[in-house]
Amino acid sequence: MAYIFQQALNALQLGSIYALIALGYTMVYGILTMINFAHGDLFMVGAFFCFIIAVYLHLSFIPTLLLSMMGVAFLGVVIERFAYKPLRNAPRVSAIITALGVGLFLENFTLALSPYPKHIPPLLTNVTWTVGSLSLSSLQMIVIVLSLCLMLILDFIVRHTKAGMAMRAISWDKTVVPLMGVSVNKIISLTFAIGTGLGGAAGVMYGLAYPVIDPYMGIMVGWKAFICAVVGGIGNIRGAMIGGFILGGVEIMVAAFLPSTYRDFVAFTLLLILLIVRPYGILGKPHPQKV
Amino acid sequence: MKKSVVLIILLVIFSLGVCGCSKEDSSQIKVGVIAELTGDIPAVGASCKNAAEMAAAEVNDAGGIQLGDQKYKIKLMIEDNAGKADQSASSAQKLITQNKVLAIVGPNASRYALPAAEIAETGKVVLITPWSTAPKATLDSKTNASKKYVFRACFIDPFQGGVVAKFTLDNLKLKKAAVLYDVASEYNKGIAEIFKDVYEKNGGKIVAFETYTTNDKDFSSQLTKIKKAGPEIIFLPNYYSEVPLQIQQAKRLGITVPFIGADAWGSSELIKLCGSDCNDYYFSTHYAADAATETTKKFIANYKTKYGATPDDVAALTYDSFGLLLQALKTAGRNDRQAVRDALAKIPQYEGVTGNMQFKEGSGDPIKSAVILKIKDGKFTWFANAKP
Repeated sequence: MAYIFQQALNALQLGSIYALIALGYTMVYGILTMINFAHGDLFMVGAFFCFIIAVYLHLSFIPTLLLSMMGVAFLGVVIERFAYKPLRNAPRVSAIITALGVGLFLENFTLALSPYPKHIPPLLTNVTWTVGSLSLSSLQMIVIVLSLCLMLILDFIVRHTKAGMAMRAISWDKTVVPLMGVSVNKIISLTFAIGTGLGGAAGVMYGLAYPVIDPYMGIMVGWKAFICAVVGGIGNIRGAMIGGFILGGVEIMVAAFLPSTYRDFVAFTLLLILLIVRPYGILGKPHPQKV
Repeated sequence: MKKSVVLIILLVIFSLGVCGCSKEDSSQIKVGVIAELTGDIPAVGASCKNAAEMAAAEVNDAGGIQLGDQKYKIKLMIEDNAGKADQSASSAQKLITQNKVLAIVGPNASRYALPAAEIAETGKVVLITPWSTAPKATLDSKTNASKKYVFRACFIDPFQGGVVAKFTLDNLKLKKAAVLYDVASEYNKGIAEIFKDVYEKNGGKIVAFETYTTNDKDFSSQLTKIKKAGPEIIFLPNYYSEVPLQIQQAKRLGITVPFIGADAWGSSELIKLCGSDCNDYYFSTHYAADAATETTKKFIANYKTKYGATPDDVAALTYDSFGLLLQALKTAGRNDRQAVRDALAKIPQYEGVTGNMQFKEGSGDPIKSAVILKIKDGKFTWFANAKP
């Protein structure tokens, strides 16, 4: 029993990080119907910001988190302004290729600065409590609780503020919204800022939980988070959160009860089956093409 | 019209450039080096490059190597394989066909050495891998006989896995072990399986045999499973960039048993990434910098003055690879790929900075001893020797 509970905690930790990154994919898709493939690499940049701030500025955890989030959010807005905006009316393939290119640029730029894996110093003193055969680490708790808080805040912004309403409106119909006096460009920038900022936060927490970071760390995690977003129903914010926890849970539980070699194979087979049953994802709704 | 003129001019300039650099200099011997300068284990590539440059500089500073009545200088062609198997193969291809090197040193990690070794074998060019311990690197993929052109400067995993297994049983007296290894990497997988085999044959019990794939960062599920199995020691035959994560996560999950590792731990980066979490653990490796013989001490001192760091095992093995190659060149007496291969295959033994190496006729694998190092206060210290 304690074993299952321990594995459930592991799943929550991994799942909350996947969910935070998946949010960035889903928000951008919801607004621009474009997949920002550079998002995984923005997550990596978040972890590197965390490293730089912690090592060279010696700040404590909260300022490091906030500064990294702001840094990545700013980078996200700049990328949108200079790389994606000029292509807004171009074929969608061009935008996706550009996103891949931006991702490669970020990877190789970081690589060119220093190819060595970096170690993020412990920003928080970790305490491990033992209850029976169960081990609770303060770090794990912080990652889970903080991610949940960020997700709740996002949910609030999207559902109960004017900016959130504008976001939902743009994802509904991009041509009518400007007629209502909403600045589409501003809302798109805001969406990018929030989405990539959350990716940055995920990078910081990932860096705390798995403190060895390298320029390629965003690729695999990014792909997995993208899959989470698709499984949850891409474009749907609550769907991305659910998708993150599902993938985290499946990955951990498969390795917990089957030989760990089967992990990715079983996890992705299950997700494929889920997509066959629900092709638009768990919370996604089909959008019939209007003629 | 204008555009095409510019294009033609550019093409002409470019082709001139290509012609310019392919001009042969007859007083030079070109040696290719393939190193992991970027990618997941850049510290390995950096050590390899440093040692290669040092070995070449030593020859060139002495005026070059005397072959027949002419002195030749060594010219290094260093290629980065970016920590990728395909790029290792294409680097080898480029060095052989385009740069026309005499021989290749590297790549180091087995998963990159294997594809490059295949290219070298078909291209009939000597390839010496300093650090690849997987048996397959020097074996023909079809017939399982020894490759003719591939050699190495290190021992192989069947030996190393056995050394670690016996050390755990006999010296540490721990009879229940768990293993966590990267199933997608040649080296990790090979040594994990050999460890299991030898450990069980000698009376030990493997209580958990868990895997992950390259670039995974979360091992919590596997470690929780290992914790439940209750081992007395955990064997981590993984690279220095992953081991710290595994040990730190294990500690966070309340695992208190010791860890043991193999030669892929032996980079000073391990200490940087691990901090004090890796103290008091053991690993097997190729040489101990603090228990060195006279020749080794000289090498260590030279390396330190040049690069300001103690050479790790990759550096020492790269230096030995060059030593082997130079000795073969001297015996061969001419700058010829086939002659050098034949001379290299006939070297019965070689006294390198990583100890004495003996070669069996027809095999590219040296027989040499291993050392067990202990991590003490953030330093690698000699603990025991293991003879073949």
